[in-house]
Amino acid sequence: MITVDLASSEVRALNQCLHDLRPDTNERAFTVTNPLGKHAIAAGLDAPVEVTIQGHVGYYCAGMNKHATVVIEGHCGWGVGENIMSGTVRVKGNASQAAGASGHGGLVVIEGDAGPRCGISMKGVDIVVGGSVGHLSAFLAQAGRLVVCGDAGESLGDSVYEAKLYVRGRVESLGAGCVEQPMTPEDVAAVADLLARAGIKADAKAFRRYGTDRSLYNFHVDHADAY
Amino acid sequence: MTVDPRQLRPSYTFPPATIAEIHRAADQGLYEIRGSGAKRRLPTFDDLVFLGASVSRYPLEGYREKCATGVTLGTRFAKKPIELKIPITFAGMSFGALGAHAKESLGRAATQLGTTTTTGDGGMTEEERRSSKTLVYQVLPSRYGLNPDDLRRCDAIEVVVGQGAKPGGGGMLLGQKITERVARMRTLPVGIDQRSACRHPDWTGPDDLTIKIQELREITDWQKPIYVKIGATRTPFDVQLAVKAGADVIVLDGMQGGTAATQDVFIEHVGIPTLPAVRLAVEALKELDMHRKVQLIVSGGIRSGADVAKCLALGADAVSIGMAALMAMGCNKPIYVEDYQKLGTEPGYCHHCHTGRCPVGVTTQDPELEKRLVPEQGARWLRNYVTTMILEVQTLARACGKSHVLNLEPEDMVALTVEAAAMAGIPLAGTNWIPGRG
Amino acid sequence: MCGIVGLFLKNPALAGDLGRHLTTMLVGMTDRGPDSAGIAVYTRPDGVLKLTLFHPDTGYPWREVGGQLGQALGVEDDVEIKANHAVLALKGADEKAARAWLARHHPEVRVMGWGRAMEVYKDMGRPADVASKFHVGAMGGTHGIGHTRMATESAVTTEHSHPFTAAADTCLVHNGSLSNHNRLREWLKRHGMEFETDNDTEVAARYFAHRIREGATLKEAMEAGLKDLDGFYTFAMGTADGFAVLRDPIACKPAVLAETDDWVAMASEFRSLANLPGIAKASIWEPAPAVVYTWSLGGNA
Repeated sequence: MITVDLASSEVRALNQCLHDLRPDTNERAFTVTNPLGKHAIAAGLDAPVEVTIQGHVGYYCAGMNKHATVVIEGHCGWGVGENIMSGTVRVKGNASQAAGASGHGGLVVIEGDAGPRCGISMKGVDIVVGGSVGHLSAFLAQAGRLVVCGDAGESLGDSVYEAKLYVRGRVESLGAGCVEQPMTPEDVAAVADLLARAGIKADAKAFRRYGTDRSLYNFHVDHADAY
Repeated sequence: MTVDPRQLRPSYTFPPATIAEIHRAADQGLYEIRGSGAKRRLPTFDDLVFLGASVSRYPLEGYREKCATGVTLGTRFAKKPIELKIPITFAGMSFGALGAHAKESLGRAATQLGTTTTTGDGGMTEEERRSSKTLVYQVLPSRYGLNPDDLRRCDAIEVVVGQGAKPGGGGMLLGQKITERVARMRTLPVGIDQRSACRHPDWTGPDDLTIKIQELREITDWQKPIYVKIGATRTPFDVQLAVKAGADVIVLDGMQGGTAATQDVFIEHVGIPTLPAVRLAVEALKELDMHRKVQLIVSGGIRSGADVAKCLALGADAVSIGMAALMAMGCNKPIYVEDYQKLGTEPGYCHHCHTGRCPVGVTTQDPELEKRLVPEQGARWLRNYVTTMILEVQTLARACGKSHVLNLEPEDMVALTVEAAAMAGIPLAGTNWIPGRG
Repeated sequence: MCGIVGLFLKNPALAGDLGRHLTTMLVGMTDRGPDSAGIAVYTRPDGVLKLTLFHPDTGYPWREVGGQLGQALGVEDDVEIKANHAVLALKGADEKAARAWLARHHPEVRVMGWGRAMEVYKDMGRPADVASKFHVGAMGGTHGIGHTRMATESAVTTEHSHPFTAAADTCLVHNGSLSNHNRLREWLKRHGMEFETDNDTEVAARYFAHRIREGATLKEAMEAGLKDLDGFYTFAMGTADGFAVLRDPIACKPAVLAETDDWVAMASEFRSLANLPGIAKASIWEPAPAVVYTWSLGGNA
């Protein structure tokens, strides 16, 4: 176990050390103390290591993550796990805006609430939120799955493509081109599996599914109101 | 009965093209979407001329007396700046907008010329990375295809805030060009009309861009130069903010800049011409004492060595070409004329990139059409064209007594019109007068 | 574009540390605003009118001018000089008369702020330098707001820095960019407002002052702003007895709030809150878009 204290060292040194790890490294577990809201902590990881951050982080923590497991024992700022490719990013507290933005794969877990634009532009990542998400979540969401145990703010799934959205609580309003869809047994199984992987207890059958009605897939004058 | 042509009075306000557009809008109920850049008459570099050698200034001889053309980009923060052999680069154009053959031609030519090519709003293709020795990788609002592996294997990163054709607009690609391959790269369903974001998903504003740029540097261990690309609008503020946000290089695209598809209203009515944009950007950099420390690449309707030389004289470090590069590869060439006509146009007038039916195989995903552009040939054409431009720049620079093209300066030029003088900040020929400066 | 901070002390025992904490918070926002910085500090009011004044010349004859003004209004004056600012205290004076006198007799002096509790200091330079220049670290008080500036559309000068004073004891800091400030400026001018800069934040500050002058409460004024102000913004407003925070409905500019039994703090990024005492146990959340949050010394919102 390697411990790095960001009160007395720089994020640059930490990230360089993590980037320099060889794929066959023995150093697999890192603890980061006193993150003090700093930005880009553990960004660009590309090795199957575990990084646990004790405290609150700033923007883009674990940005573009590959293979690693990053756990934030606190809250995070904007863009946690943005553009994640694989691996897992877990936030024990709340996430700010754009959690999991444009993620391609892997799993992002927010145990508390996620702010507005959770899963914006997502491209295949799975995001599981124990609490609620803010407005414009899953905006332009292309692929992947968003599971929200709490409520969703206004304009959920505005301009959504093929991403699947599951919300257990109240949806304030749906965005352009996003409609409620029937929960199939496959959906229930998928949600149950995601909740299990996220370690969050909830009844998969209590979720409702939302997704694209494909009405905005090709430009047409009859949809001018949506623009 | 024949019509007396003297009785036909055209309307200046409602010329035939405007009337046709109103009829089209009444039929379709949607804005016109097209490719290419602004077609309206705009002030260009044509109205600036160089003051060649004379009794008071002496020229350099060709060949023996070198006129150097090398430029270094990204000296501010990057560990590995980009060394260009020439001050001309290829602008960001997406695979999707362009076909794979076109992207490969650009890559090969860039390698042969000792310059860079740039990915676009669809991500990096293998052909592009393989064929380009030095490749700039764009990070756009859509984030299509963006991934850290490509970020790590590119040579420079270009954060796109906007482009000259549509400052404030996002990418656009119509269903007919969203083929299997394009769809896979962009994580989109085949055949849909791509709707794209106009803002980045995880930052808005220069204060948050500062943090985003730092993240990109962190991910790539501060090795690569970070460019910030903007469409020319509020240029003085934008350039200064890009500098403050931490850019190594600023790419400024004037309103003449092209696109493969966007609303005509955007192309023709938003943004300022490249001519004033260059001057405004250079002044903004000088005010921060950052001229030549944060490099400036200018684009938007650059056509010839004369245009390149004038941009450099105004203070740019390099230029970027987009539409002109496509033309070198055959865009608007008078061949396959029936195919132009099928699109309702003729060679010389075509702006139909958005249809995906490019008659010369450049802006298409159709394999049959793509065969018409052979990458070796495309690369050769590009190399010849850019080489011609460089020779022209050197000719002009030598005539002004310069041993390096970047030693061209504003005082080497005068303006032929009041408009150009005001926009470029260059005195009107025969006078000391720069309109707007007292 | 910028960083903003605000600190409101619920526990009076911390009053002596206000300036120290505000300074740390302000410096935390340096990356967002390297051009200039400003701070408004609210000290326990004792009924004395204070004007914070600025003149670029550090040799400016403040005491003389203060004496003249005191004499003109028939009140005692006291002058405290801090670098290129001065705090002029006038016991029992009417603020309109004082400002009118200055405008008439010394138009070269810029009034940064006025009121019974508020002092405003702002200048070009990095936040740490600005804070140290005015000895912010040594100031005590009940609450304060601060700002670090990266200029978007107007010049970098002392006058263009935030906070902007809208009315007595009322000032505004802003992170974002308003898109209709030019029209609003014209409209406010027609309603009698005078402007010192072309800065969009000054428009917002005077807009709120106008609404308040017309009878709105602080909350109502800010809610009216949601309709009339277009663009992207996080606002923090300081008032005689509290402060308010508002984000626009699109909410693309950041804001973080933290609260303990001892204080409420606000900043553009958590970085600025990370060193506050008790932050480890604070509740931390982000203000919802288009909701006015207010805290006041009398009672909390």
